[in-house]
Amino acid sequence: MQHFEQEIGDLKQTLLAMAARAETAVNQAIQALVDRDDDLARTVKEDDDVLDRFEKEIDERAIALLAKAPLATDLRLITVAMKISQNLERVGDEAAKIAKRSLELSQEPQLKAYVDLPRMATLALEMLKQALGAFVSSQSDEALAVIPHDKAVDQLNRQLHRELVSFMVEQPATISRCLNLMVISKSLERIADHAKNIAEEVVYLREARDIRHPKLGRTDASPE
Amino acid sequence: MTNAATTLRTSGRHFRAERFDYGSFFFTGLTGLATVIILAILATILLNILLNGWDGLSWRFISTIPKKDFFDPDTTGILPMIIGTTFRVLVMTIFVIPVGVITAVYLTEYAPHNSPLTRIIRGAVNNLAGVPSIVFGLFGAGFFINFIGRNLDVALQSAKPTWGQPALVWASLTLAVMTLPVVIVATEESLKAIPPGLREASLALGATKLETILKIVLPQALPGIMTGGILAVSRAAGEVAPILFTGVAYYMASLPTRPTDQFMDLGYHVYVLSTQSPNIEATRPILYATVLVLLVLTFALNFGAIVIRARVRKKLRALH
Amino acid sequence: MVETVLPKISFAAPDAAEPAAGPSAQLIEVENLCLFYGPSKALKDIHLRINERVVTAFIGPSGCGKSTLLRCFNRMNDLIDGVRIEGSVRIGGHDIHGPDVDVIELRKRVGMVFQKSNPFPKSIYDNIAYALRLQGVRQKSGLDAIVEESLRRAALWEEVKDRLHTSALGLSGGQQQRVCIARAIAIKPEIILMDEPASALDPIATARIEDLILDLKKEYTIVIVTHNMQQAARISDFTAFFYLGELIEFDRTRKIFTHPTKKQTEDYVTGRFG
Repeated sequence: MQHFEQEIGDLKQTLLAMAARAETAVNQAIQALVDRDDDLARTVKEDDDVLDRFEKEIDERAIALLAKAPLATDLRLITVAMKISQNLERVGDEAAKIAKRSLELSQEPQLKAYVDLPRMATLALEMLKQALGAFVSSQSDEALAVIPHDKAVDQLNRQLHRELVSFMVEQPATISRCLNLMVISKSLERIADHAKNIAEEVVYLREARDIRHPKLGRTDASPE
Repeated sequence: MTNAATTLRTSGRHFRAERFDYGSFFFTGLTGLATVIILAILATILLNILLNGWDGLSWRFISTIPKKDFFDPDTTGILPMIIGTTFRVLVMTIFVIPVGVITAVYLTEYAPHNSPLTRIIRGAVNNLAGVPSIVFGLFGAGFFINFIGRNLDVALQSAKPTWGQPALVWASLTLAVMTLPVVIVATEESLKAIPPGLREASLALGATKLETILKIVLPQALPGIMTGGILAVSRAAGEVAPILFTGVAYYMASLPTRPTDQFMDLGYHVYVLSTQSPNIEATRPILYATVLVLLVLTFALNFGAIVIRARVRKKLRALH
Repeated sequence: MVETVLPKISFAAPDAAEPAAGPSAQLIEVENLCLFYGPSKALKDIHLRINERVVTAFIGPSGCGKSTLLRCFNRMNDLIDGVRIEGSVRIGGHDIHGPDVDVIELRKRVGMVFQKSNPFPKSIYDNIAYALRLQGVRQKSGLDAIVEESLRRAALWEEVKDRLHTSALGLSGGQQQRVCIARAIAIKPEIILMDEPASALDPIATARIEDLILDLKKEYTIVIVTHNMQQAARISDFTAFFYLGELIEFDRTRKIFTHPTKKQTEDYVTGRFG
C-alpha cells in the first residue's frame, strides 16, 4: 500500500504545484495590465507551456493510478484531480489571453484608471485560493462557500460590459481599447467559473455528492 | 548447502560441487543393498522350491484325486487340495468383502468422529489384526461349529449332524473373520483418499448421503477395496491354523461340492506330507511340488485380481 | 416421511437494467443469525435481505464469516460436527430450519459452486445428468436436451459438444468450473451460491466466468463470495462487507465501492486494512 499511497501523495503535490503556477499566471497577467509591463506580459504568454505540461503530467499519473483499479476515496480523488487540472490549465489559457490583450492595450494610451478589473481579479484569485485550500483540507464547507462568489464576478463583468459599451458608443475612437478590456473582463469571469468548478469537484471528493448543474435537479452518486 | 556454496566456483560455466557427496552415496548404496538382499532371499526361496519341486510336477499330479495313501509319488495327486484351497478362499471373499466394506463405510462416513462407540470399533479392528491365527481356528470351532452349527442342526431337525461339524463354510467364515481388518483398513484408506469436495458437490446437488456413497464414493474407492481383497486372499491362501479345526480333512475321497462338505487343502497337505510320510526321501518331490502349486495358485489368484483392479482403475481414470 | 416443503417461489417482475426506485422482491431474509462452531461464535447477529435476480457479493478479509454465511443458505454447515444456529434464515418466506423442511429439497432449489472445481470422475454428460437421474429423469431424449441446455447456458456447449462422453477431468480448470456450473443449473435451482468460483483460475477463464454470471443473473439469484474486490465491483449489484463474523455494511455495489458509509468498509475497499 505504501507505494500506492506515495503515488497518490505525489499526484496531490503535482496538482498543488500546478495550482500555484496558475495563480501566479493570473497575478502576473493583471500586474502586467495595470503596470503596462510588456516584458511581464510576454513572460506570462510563454510560461503557459508550463501549465500545459502540468496537465499532461497529471493525466499520466492519474491513468497509471486508475490502472490499479482504485476504489472509493482513491477513485474519487484521482478523477477529481484530472478535472481540476483541466480547469487550472484553462485558467492558464485565460491568463495568457489577458497578457496578450494587455500587450495590445499598452500600444495605446490608457483609457482610465483600472479599478473594476483588478477587483474582479482579486475576487477570482480568492475563489481559486479558497477552492484549492478546500481541496487540501478536504473541507466541503469551505468549497461550498466559494460558489456564490461566482455570481458577484458575473455581475461585475456585466456591469463593466455595459460601461464599456456606452463608452464605445460615445467615443468610437476607443473601440479597440474597449474591446480588449471586454475580453479581459470575460477572461476573468471565466477564471471565476473555473474556480467554482474546482470547488464543486472538491465537494464531490469529500461527500460523493455531484452538485454541478443545479438546474438538473439533485443527483446523489447512488440514485435510489 | 553452505558447503557446496562455498566451494562453488563462480566462473558460472559449471555448477558441479567441488566436494564429493559422501552422505548421498552412502545412503543410496545402503538402500540399494537392502533391495538386493531382499530380492536375493526371494529368489533363493523360489529357486529352491522350483528346482526341488519341478520333478514332482506333472499334469497327472495336479489333476488326480489320490487314494488314501498319498505318499507314493507315482499314484498321488493334489486336485482335491487345489479345489479345496480355491473354494475356501473364494467363499471367504464372498463373506469378507461386503462386511469389511460396510464396516469401513460406517466408520468413515457415518460414525461421529470421536464418539466412544467409534473408538471401540476401531480398537476392536486393530486388535483383531493382532490375534494369532490358531486362536481364530479355536474360535471358529467353538463359535461357528459348536454354537451356530449345532443349533442350526437342531432348528432344521437334521437327521445327522450336517452343520454342527467342520465344513467348508465354517472354515471360510473363520478366514473371513481373520482377514476382516485387512479389508476394513484398505477400504478406509481408499475412502479417505477421496477428496471431500466430491461428496460436497454431490450433496449440494440434492443427493442423499446414501446416494452419494453408492454412486460417487464407492465407485471411486473400488480399486482400494480390491486391494483389500487381494491382500486378504494372499493372507488366507497360505493360512493353515484357522482351518485346522473348522473344515480341513486329512483325506476326502471326493471333491467338495456342498458348503457343509469338508475339504482338503494344499497348505495342510504340505504339513501332512512332511510329518506323516513313511519315506521322507520319496515324498520330498511331492512335497516341493505341492508347495510350488500353492505358490502358483496364490500368485494366480493375486494376478487375476490385480488385472481386474487395473481395468477398473483405467475405467475410472479416463475414457468412458 | 418428510413432506416436501418449499413450494415454488413466485417470481416478481424482473428488475430493469437500471434499478428503479423501490425494493425488488426479497428472496433470502436473514434475521439475527448467529452461528457457533462449538463454543466459538463465527457469525454474530447477521441481519440481511438479499434480492431476487441480482448478484450479491460477500466481501471481507479471510475468516470473516462470508463463506460460512453462504453455506447457511443451503444448509451445508449441517455437515460439520458441532455447528449450532440461532436466529433464522428464510428463503421465499419459509424458514429453512423449520421442522417440516427437507434438506434435500432445499439443496435442489439452492445450488452451489465451489472454490475448487469438483467435477465427478465421470464423463461430462454424466456429471450434468447425475442430479437429473437422481430425480428420476431417465429417458435419453429428456436428458440429452437438458444436458445441452445447461452446457449452453454455461457457455461451454460449443467447446465440448463433440466429447460429451469423455471424462470431465480431462478439461482445463476453467472448463471444469463451467461444468460444475452447468451441473448446478441443470436441476434449475432458484438460487445459485458461488464460493470464490474463479479464485483458482487464470484471468481469461475468470473473465468468462464473470460474463457467465452476468448472463445467469437474468434468471437466477446469485450470491457470490469473493476476495477480489474488483471482481465484486465488476459483476455484483449489491455488496455486503463482513468483518470478524459481523455484517459491517450492505448496500448497492456502486455505493460501497465509490463512497462507503463506514470507515471500516472504506479501509478494506481501498486496501488500507490492518
